[in-house]
Formats: sequence, C-alpha cells, structure tokens
Amino acid sequence: MTLLQITEPGQAVDPHQRKRAAGIDLGTTNSLIATVRGNETRTLPDMAGRHLLPSVVRYLGDGKVAVGDEAADAARQDPLNTIVSIKRMMGRGLDDVQNLGDQTAYHFAASDGGMPLIQTVAGDVSPVQVSSEILKSLVHRAEETLGGELEGVVTTVPAYLDDAQRQATRDAARLAGVNVYRLLNEPTAAAVAYGLDSGAEGVIAVYDLGGGTFDISLLRLNKGVFEVLSTGGDSALGGDDFDARIANWIIERSGFAGQIDHGQYRSLMYEARRLKEQLTNEASVAVNVELGALRFEGELTRDDFEQLIKDLVANSIKACRRAVRDAGVTTGDINNVIMVGGSTRVPLVKQEVGKFFGAEPLADIDPDRVVAIGAAIQANILAGNKPDDEMLLLDVLPLSVGLETMGGLTEKIIHRNTPIPVSRAQEFTTYKDGQSAMLVHVVQGERELVSDCRSLARFELRGIPPMVAGAARIGVVFQVDADGLLSVSATELTTGVAASIEVKPSYGLSESEITNMLKSSFEHAEEDAQARSLAEARVDGARVIDALRAALKQDGERLLSADEIRDLETAISALSAVLDGQDAGAIRDATQALADASDEFAARRMDDSVRSALAGHSIEEFDEEQQ
Amino acid sequence: MDFKQNYFEIFQLPVAFDVDLTTLGDRYRKAQGSVHPDKFAGASERDKRLSVQWATRINEAYGTLKSPLSRAVYLLTLSGVDMSAKANAPVDPGFLMEQMELREDLDAIEEGDDALERLDVFKRRVDEILAGLEQEFASTWQNDLDAAEQSVLKMQFITKLRDAAEHLEEKLLDY
Repeated sequence: MTLLQITEPGQAVDPHQRKRAAGIDLGTTNSLIATVRGNETRTLPDMAGRHLLPSVVRYLGDGKVAVGDEAADAARQDPLNTIVSIKRMMGRGLDDVQNLGDQTAYHFAASDGGMPLIQTVAGDVSPVQVSSEILKSLVHRAEETLGGELEGVVTTVPAYLDDAQRQATRDAARLAGVNVYRLLNEPTAAAVAYGLDSGAEGVIAVYDLGGGTFDISLLRLNKGVFEVLSTGGDSALGGDDFDARIANWIIERSGFAGQIDHGQYRSLMYEARRLKEQLTNEASVAVNVELGALRFEGELTRDDFEQLIKDLVANSIKACRRAVRDAGVTTGDINNVIMVGGSTRVPLVKQEVGKFFGAEPLADIDPDRVVAIGAAIQANILAGNKPDDEMLLLDVLPLSVGLETMGGLTEKIIHRNTPIPVSRAQEFTTYKDGQSAMLVHVVQGERELVSDCRSLARFELRGIPPMVAGAARIGVVFQVDADGLLSVSATELTTGVAASIEVKPSYGLSESEITNMLKSSFEHAEEDAQARSLAEARVDGARVIDALRAALKQDGERLLSADEIRDLETAISALSAVLDGQDAGAIRDATQALADASDEFAARRMDDSVRSALAGHSIEEFDEEQQ
Repeated sequence: MDFKQNYFEIFQLPVAFDVDLTTLGDRYRKAQGSVHPDKFAGASERDKRLSVQWATRINEAYGTLKSPLSRAVYLLTLSGVDMSAKANAPVDPGFLMEQMELREDLDAIEEGDDALERLDVFKRRVDEILAGLEQEFASTWQNDLDAAEQSVLKMQFITKLRDAAEHLEEKLLDY
C-alpha cells in the first residue's frame, strides 16, 4: 500500500536486507531487549549470560555511568547516586515523586518546568536522562549481538499511562539516539507473544503487575487482529509496594521508626524483596536484619504477608471488574487470562486473579520476558521484514482527555477506551465582551474536578478579534496518534486565527532541552555532519524515486491520466538530474517537489486500498451465501 | 481522502438503521488493516499523515455506526436534520412524565440492601423502552422525519437515564 513498500507481495525479503529491529521492555525493576532471528524470538543476554538488566543507574564522581548489575551491587553503599525504579518518576512532577513514599532515598531539586531532578555527584539528572542510560545499555547489547546498528525499536509502556509519561518515554529514546517505530502497550505486547504462539481466538485478559505499575487489558483476537476492548489499572501500584509493606512491617516491629537513614531503608527494601520472593514457595521465612543500630529477628509467614498486601491486591481486582464492564463483556466471555510481570508470581495474586476470572491464569511464557518478546515480534513487522503478515494491533486511549471549564470542572472531549488514532473537535466561545484571549487547559483523567486530574498542558489563544460575548467561535481539535500521544490545536473560526501546540507535558523536557542534550552527547565534527547531510539527502531522494516508480508500475495506469503520469515522470527526471551532485540543498528541494507532485496520487492509492480491501471481502461473503 | 463517502459507504453497507454488528466489525478490521499507521512505519511523512487521517476517519465511522443512538442521529444528519441544534426541542409531555417517574424510581434504588438486584430490574426496563424506540425510529426515518426526530429525542433521554443507572452501579460496586 505504501509508496515505499518495494517488495512485491508473496516475495520473501532478501535475508541480507533484513532490518535489525528489536523490542525493548523498559521496566521499573528490570529491563530487557529481544529480537526475532529466523523463526525464533528471544531475549538477548549480556556477556555473562544474564537476560534481565536491573533498571538501576549509578552516577560516579569521574563522570562515568554504571548501568545494571554493576550499579545494583553498589546501591546499598551509594544510595544517593544510585537510582532505582526511575520509571515511577517518568512524566511526574516534583510533588508527585516526593509522595511516592519509597523514593525518600534521593535528594531532589526542581527544574524550571517543575520536573524533578535528582542530585548526584555527576550533577542533577532528570528521570528522562536516567531512563535513556538504561536504553543505551540495552541497545548497545543488541548491536553487539546482531553485529550492526539497530534500524528501529518498539518500546513498551504500561497501557494505563498518561500522555506526560508516554512523552517522557519517547524523549528518553530520542536522547538515547534510537529510532522508535512505536510505543506499544505492555499488555498488548504480551497478548501478541501468546497470540502468535497458540493461534488463540476470542477474548483475552492480560493482568500485568510489574515492579511499579499495574495494568489490566481486555483484547479480542480475531484472525491476527488484536483489538483492545478496554484497559485500566494503576500507574503507581506494583511489587515495590509489596516490598515497602514488608519493610515498614520490620521497621514498626523493630521500634526504630523515624530513625532509618537512606542507605538503611534501601537495604531494608532489598531484604524485603528477598523475603517476598522466598514466600512464593515457602509458608514462612526467618527475618534477620542487622543494620547499624537497627536489629530485628522474627518470622514472617505467608499469611502475615498476605494480610499486609491484601488491600493492594483487592484494588487490582477492582480495576479488573471495571475493565470487564468497560469492554462490554462478562467474565464468562473471557477465554484466556495471561499473567505478566514478576509480581504475578506472588501466590495471593495468582489465587485472586484466578478466582475473579474463574479461569486458571496462563504463565507459559516467562512473565518477566513475555513483554519484550511481543515487542520484538511487532518491531520485526514494523521494520518491514514480514510484508505479508496480517497482524494488526488496534489500541485505545487509556484515560479520558478533556478541558478545564468554568469553576475548575473538566469537560471530557475524548473518553477513555476510544480506539486510536482519533480526532475530536469542540467549539467554545468567549464569555466577556471584547475578550481577546482564551486560556486552554488540557487535562487527562476520569475525575470531575480539574485538581483531581493530571494537567497536560496550558496554552493561550491570542488575537481573538473584539466581539460581543458569545459571538466568537473557537474550535479546538484534539488528535491522538497511534502511540497514544496527543496534539491540540485551536482556531478562531470566524477569522481563522490559529494557535497550535503539541501537548508537551507539564513536567517534560522542552524541545530545546532535548536538542541541547543531544548536541552535547555528539562529538561529531562539523565536516562530518556536512558529509552526512549530503549522504542522507541522496538516500532520501533515491528512496522517493524508487517508491514512486514502484507505485506507478503497480497503479499508475489505473489511477492516473496520461497527463498526470507525464507530469510525475518530469518531476522524477528533475530529481534524478541533481541527485549525484554535491548540493544537499538542491537535492532536498527536488525531493520535496517530487513528493508534492505525487500527493494526489498517494491519496488516490490510499482511497483505493480501502476500497479493494473491502471489495475482496464482499465477494467472499457473497460466495458463502451462495453455498 | 474521499470525504464524499458517507460512513455506510466506507464499509460498503447499505444506508439503513439495521446494521449487522458482526459484518460491521469484520469490515472495520479489514479497513484498518489497509490504512493503519503500523502498515506505514517505514513510509514517507506524507504517507504516514494520510494513513493517520484515514485510520482516524475509519474509527470515527465505526464508532458512529456501532451504537444505535449515534447511528440514528447520523441517519438524520444524512437526511438534512441536525440534532445538535434540537437540544431544546419540545418532547411529548406524556413521555416527559414517564421520564420523571423513572428518575424517581432510580433515585429510590440507592436505599435498601437489595439495591443491585433492583437496579438490574430497572436497567432491563430501560433497555426494553430503548428497544421500542429503536423500532419506532427504524420504521419512520425514511418516510416521517418528524416522528423519527421525536424517537431520537426520546432515545437521548433514555440513554442519559441508562448512563445514570450505570453510574449508580459503579457507585454501589465502589469503583
């Protein structure tokens, strides 16, 4: 369908042209990278054979950065410079992260935009920077293993993530210098990993409890199409909370409440995690903690532990009930329940999920790896390595998007669980005579009060011509793309005054901040950059010509008049004439001219492809009726 | 993009109130399969933009045709009747009386232990009324636009009532 898809249907891709693509699961506790090789999809181990990369980053005094096990090993003695569970701070404001409870182990500073910065020996670092270090480490691992640069990756995010958190994840990937094909929701990735394996059909529930986030998604799988019916969860609930409950239990019993320092609390959290993991297979564990003055000996039974976390698990089940309702199905309609995330190993979780759905949950694929595997399958398809594959993922907006109206109330513009991409227009008017500006405040969430929702962005529409109150007509258009990212534009409809913004999260990085960070991380000399610019212009130009020739061959005579074909041939010749020259600017201009000249043709091809996709369908149905 | 096509034409369905939801769903997935942005991951910016526009339009068309109320409103739009301008149009007083009684019944459900069961009975009653109104619309929209308009206004009232019942259920279940 696309002008760039040069491979004819049914024809295998030349193995030498296979593009290197990978799926990345950027987790709260651990991260992974996976790739498709031959017919197998696998997570990639490091030199020491370890697949899981602890999502831990340590900043050292000499400017070096350690990531993974090496950093995790130092977490206890160097807690202030060793950052764990950074995912919980992505896209959050300073106030949010200070209320996270278990993040007391850092010294924070605020950036100009209110984004939290963590003070380390290497200077202040943002959550986006910390995450990009983890991404770089994974990408490096994949490039070593695959023997070359990655063409692109699919990065997963919790489904129940708001726009600010998604933007922050995109920014981290940009900072790491990787091309992201798509942000994929973790439960959808897990369903892909299972779906393609078992050829299952019907409604699937994915229960995903990781270190720091909880997601529940319901999907319908139908002939390779994964249609998300509903999604829900809690972006601040995970195994870390289980650990914190155990740690606090120890602190209370030891009588040392209020006297614990950063390093000790961190050590306690590690101990708590170890105890939790032991309780998966044992009914009771001995607790023996000695941290400076803090000494505690005792016993923690599985029963005790289950009492400690009961309300957290119950909250997750409540979210499941809501997701089932939102999907318009009943638990009886659900064919399979998939368990994702390390925290689903906790017996109480398994038991309660099984009880609610009335089905034994599936955990055939390692719950720690299943998301990365699904992402790799999607990345391989998006890279164009399987042009015939029918797989399609249709996702939804996880949280409603709306505007602030008078009195601090929200007016929902796009409701949660609406299939994406989606666009909605809404009209507003002025409430004062001669009002010349209007403030637009975009929020995300389900609550009625603006103060209970997440603030995404504020922007001002200026230059509204003076009119009596209620006469101006301001049209606001919300567009959510297939990654779940939002952009908003506003226009005064009687005069055409426009204000447009890409929704930049209230706590995100500005475009110039990212550019500066990227610049400082590149050491390329000026002439290097020029040579690269020319090479890129040539490749782009050649690509556009190839794509258009292929499209003309396939559909030219059917969709274009002889005159139109001749005009396109002329534009192709014009670009060919400058392509081998040294002037990158001229090549770019001619490429743009050719692209513009073929706009109409591209639009007709797209219209035609929808028509023919459905036309084939009608004939099949007709045949069935005849039989 | 071909904006001349109406939503029924996009899915190659006859313009009618009765729509087979299985067929609609199948065609929706087929159509997305040919335009969805995932099919254009390596394409030019222009093709990506076209793909997002089409995928958005197909979602919009599917969303509109899937629910009976929005489908009815859309059919009236195609016939030149703009329902958004009729928010305050007069409705049959007998129906309004019935409405108020239903509202009172719903408010009364909140008290008492068997609230959920009584809410279930109430929802079934509302669904029956809604089904009747849909019948009414189906038999009038092609020959009596005024009557069809009345049916839609009533459907809007009843759908709001249905939402309020759902809202109460969420509250009772403590979501």
